[in-house]
Amino acid sequence: MATVAFARHLYEFFPALKGAEVRIDALTVAELVRKLDVKYPGIAFYIADERGGLRQHVNIFIEEELVRDRRTLSDHLTPDSKVYVMQALSGG
Amino acid sequence: MKGDKILLGTRKGLITLIKGKKGWKTELAHSGVPVSYAARDPNTGYYWAGLEHGHWGPKLSRSKDGKKWEDPPQIKYPDGTRYIDGFETEDGQPVNEFDPNAPKDKPTRPKMKPGKLKKITAMAFGGKDQKGRIHIGTMPGGFFTSNDNGETFTLNMPLWNHESRGGDVSKDPVKTKSFWFGGGMVVDGDSTPAIHSIVVDPKNSKRFMIAISCAGVLETADDGKTWQGRNKGLLATFLPKPDIEWGHDPHLMAICPAKPDHVWQQNHCGIFYSKDGAKTWKMVSKEGQTAHFGFPVCVDEKKGETAWVVPLKADNARTAINGALCVCRTEDGGQTWKEFRKGLPQSDAYDTIYRHAFDLAGKRLAFGSTTGNVFISDNRGESWKSIGSNFPPIYSVRFA
Repeated sequence: MATVAFARHLYEFFPALKGAEVRIDALTVAELVRKLDVKYPGIAFYIADERGGLRQHVNIFIEEELVRDRRTLSDHLTPDSKVYVMQALSGG
Repeated sequence: MKGDKILLGTRKGLITLIKGKKGWKTELAHSGVPVSYAARDPNTGYYWAGLEHGHWGPKLSRSKDGKKWEDPPQIKYPDGTRYIDGFETEDGQPVNEFDPNAPKDKPTRPKMKPGKLKKITAMAFGGKDQKGRIHIGTMPGGFFTSNDNGETFTLNMPLWNHESRGGDVSKDPVKTKSFWFGGGMVVDGDSTPAIHSIVVDPKNSKRFMIAISCAGVLETADDGKTWQGRNKGLLATFLPKPDIEWGHDPHLMAICPAKPDHVWQQNHCGIFYSKDGAKTWKMVSKEGQTAHFGFPVCVDEKKGETAWVVPLKADNARTAINGALCVCRTEDGGQTWKEFRKGLPQSDAYDTIYRHAFDLAGKRLAFGSTTGNVFISDNRGESWKSIGSNFPPIYSVRFA
């Protein structure tokens, strides 16, 4: 199961994330986001828009690599993947 | 009582002003998060806020008591919705039809974009017979209605597919064009039409009207099943044909609650007034006069001929005129305007007052500015008092 870490800012809206070890069984990032939403209702709409695309100012890393498919989140995961849901900074 | 509590939607959160014996005190919610609009539903007492998280996108938030807030099920555009956003060449290059240098030799097609919530831009609540009904205007041009206090929202498809925006464009090929040109708001580099004004007829809650910048006014009299343009008499002086059917630029539309046939509009091209429920409009300001350009307009709760504006200099200088803030009031349907300046800064004022940042409750009026000023009048706008000058840039001011 992939392990997921989150930007701390998300704890404000989803307090249950704080200190939680989040492990999700998913083959793709899109599936992971869908399953996260079951566990933490509403979180998918913080990470992605209603068309399933990654929000412009959110980044998802698999290990240290940014996901390539921001539009449909089709990047593959392995059972050992470490996934990071982060704020995308653009300076300032 | 209404008038003793004011909701400020600001760049840095929702600030509630509460009138006490020793003046106005403040409460803060959604600290640090831009609040594009906040209002209280008079039918349920619930508070509502449209949030603009920098990273996490637009969200709707509600509260029973104004202190503890929650995310209701969010507003989402249905699968498959899309809209026309200008033109592009057949190889996908954007074309600006207003650009004289745009290539004219290449065939063009409507540029399609998927329906995705970019911003919550307006709110209105149902009539007294519609407890739990809330209308939300969004960018891009969506009109969503909930009849269950925000548990579910439905996109109004007759408006989404209105002929003025090209009809039903859900399937290829699209041969039509949209007359909603958009503008005024930019989100993530995108500027598409937004519904910024929603007014519900207090005497017939199945009749409501909306306004959109660079499109115009539409009315439904059958609870949103059909929509008609209401732009007769408006002038779009920035277009080659100013009395065009579509493309007008209302900045805000407001209605007289006791006389809903009296409708006002602060428009990009001046102030317009209708005495026949927006069937026909008449310009009631002129260039060079103080009351002419601006964003908000307030209408008296009982007298349809009485309205207030907070004028700005012009579209190319959106600040107080000559550095001096004033409020103008008409009591004769715009034939004459009085200027009121007492208590307002008369030098070095660079304030801009956004479209939703001016409100009225009986004799009390309040407005907020991009410079973080809040002013209140207890005598129908004739004199003003500062409630604070260090607020964040203010997006909306609504009595609760």
